[in-house]
Amino acid sequence: MESSAWRARLVWSAASLVALLLVWEIAAVVLDSRLFPGPLLVGKTMFAEFASGALTHHVGATLARVVVSFVIAMLIGSVIGLALGSSATADRFFDSWLIFFLNLPALVIIILCYVWFGLTETAAIIAVSINKIPNVAVTVREGARALSRDLNEMALMYRFGWWRTLRHVTLPQLAPFFAAAARSGLALVWKIVLVVELLGRSNGVGHQLHVAFQLFDVPMILAYAVAFIIVVQIIEIGLLQPIEARVNRWRR
Amino acid sequence: MSGAVRIRIEGKIWPALAKRAPQPVLGKIDLDIAGGSFVVLTGPSGCGKSTLLNIVAGLDKEYAGSVNFDQTDPAMTYVFQSPRLLPWRTVYQNIALALPEGDERLVRIPELLQRVGLAEAGDVYPERLSLGMQRRAALARGFVGDPDVLLMDEPFVSLDDPTADALRRLLIDLWKSRPTTVLFVTHDRNEAVTLGTRILRLDGTPATVHADTDVALARDDRSDRAAVMQEQQRIFG
Repeated sequence: MESSAWRARLVWSAASLVALLLVWEIAAVVLDSRLFPGPLLVGKTMFAEFASGALTHHVGATLARVVVSFVIAMLIGSVIGLALGSSATADRFFDSWLIFFLNLPALVIIILCYVWFGLTETAAIIAVSINKIPNVAVTVREGARALSRDLNEMALMYRFGWWRTLRHVTLPQLAPFFAAAARSGLALVWKIVLVVELLGRSNGVGHQLHVAFQLFDVPMILAYAVAFIIVVQIIEIGLLQPIEARVNRWRR
Repeated sequence: MSGAVRIRIEGKIWPALAKRAPQPVLGKIDLDIAGGSFVVLTGPSGCGKSTLLNIVAGLDKEYAGSVNFDQTDPAMTYVFQSPRLLPWRTVYQNIALALPEGDERLVRIPELLQRVGLAEAGDVYPERLSLGMQRRAALARGFVGDPDVLLMDEPFVSLDDPTADALRRLLIDLWKSRPTTVLFVTHDRNEAVTLGTRILRLDGTPATVHADTDVALARDDRSDRAAVMQEQQRIFG
């Protein structure tokens, strides 16, 4: 039952993907423009970049930045979110700070980081992390606010101690909020990483897009964009979804 | 017999909230609970029975007075009105978590599960069980640590009669094989007479003890509905 439903979904996804490629190719043939290449040309470009090793190098560099800044943002954002969610005073005081950082344009943070810390790897990572931290904090704060007092009293009566309480009572309650923060986080982080690379790094997908833009090399732009979409989808399906299924297995 | 509790409450007041004035909930309450007794707290809903239980549990420290035990740091467990099981841990894990890590009593859990009729449910997550079964698991968790004092807050409420009856028999069974001081809150008079050795009636605002009666019915006669009814008449009028 479950596997056949999964198969049906797969067939639908494949069919819609093929349809998209078909529409795209037809449009490219009709327009016949250097600036609107079809999927065949993009695929060829992608393969050539892959064969030369450039694609792996640049996607790898971007991915490394995504992973590092994602982990940093999740850790710091979670700590802030937990603190704000469990202390009404802290929440009242820092709420306006949070709103300020939530609404600060990503580009401003990136430019300021490069201006203050130089065009370095550290500046790039800091810029991406700062962009993401407020989102994580807000999501985790919701989770911390919703922590069950009933279960806490239970843990107190049965003498769990702080470590058992954290592991068996608090963290499982926060898991859905971490998952939500991680999901929206990944989508946000990799987009910002591209901008950071475009503005001040000499490798990575963002840098390649920058070079291709200067040459008006649209097949190259699309080749890197599609390659990156594929990588992100693999992470989503291969890593995030299984983790989410695991932490939710107790639900009826 | 250990497990005696001395309650000397001067008063308990709910602090003022936004538009509500401070509300006195408990008045002066002096109680000496003998070790190994089964004391039932009755009274109208919202009169402060649960508050009193939470004070004894140490969960509520905002009151005037004191609660003392005849031993330092007695083992005390609490079976709450809702089962309060961790939904992301199996029934077995929920009970095991009531014991310290590596405790020798962990080996008794399968037998305990058998006694409460959950032998097959050890590996099941609580939300897949009926409320009655969740309450059995909560009961097992309350007993696994050999409590000196066991607090129970309407643990069988909102169950159908046969299920509640079965759980009451199970409770008495467990209590007999491992005597402990029980403080049991209920507003069900029939349940009070069926279970208790002593019945306290809380009433008034702030609440004080309005009646304190020992149940004069032998344990063996408590399955006799007529006898229970008669005793209920005598105690509650």
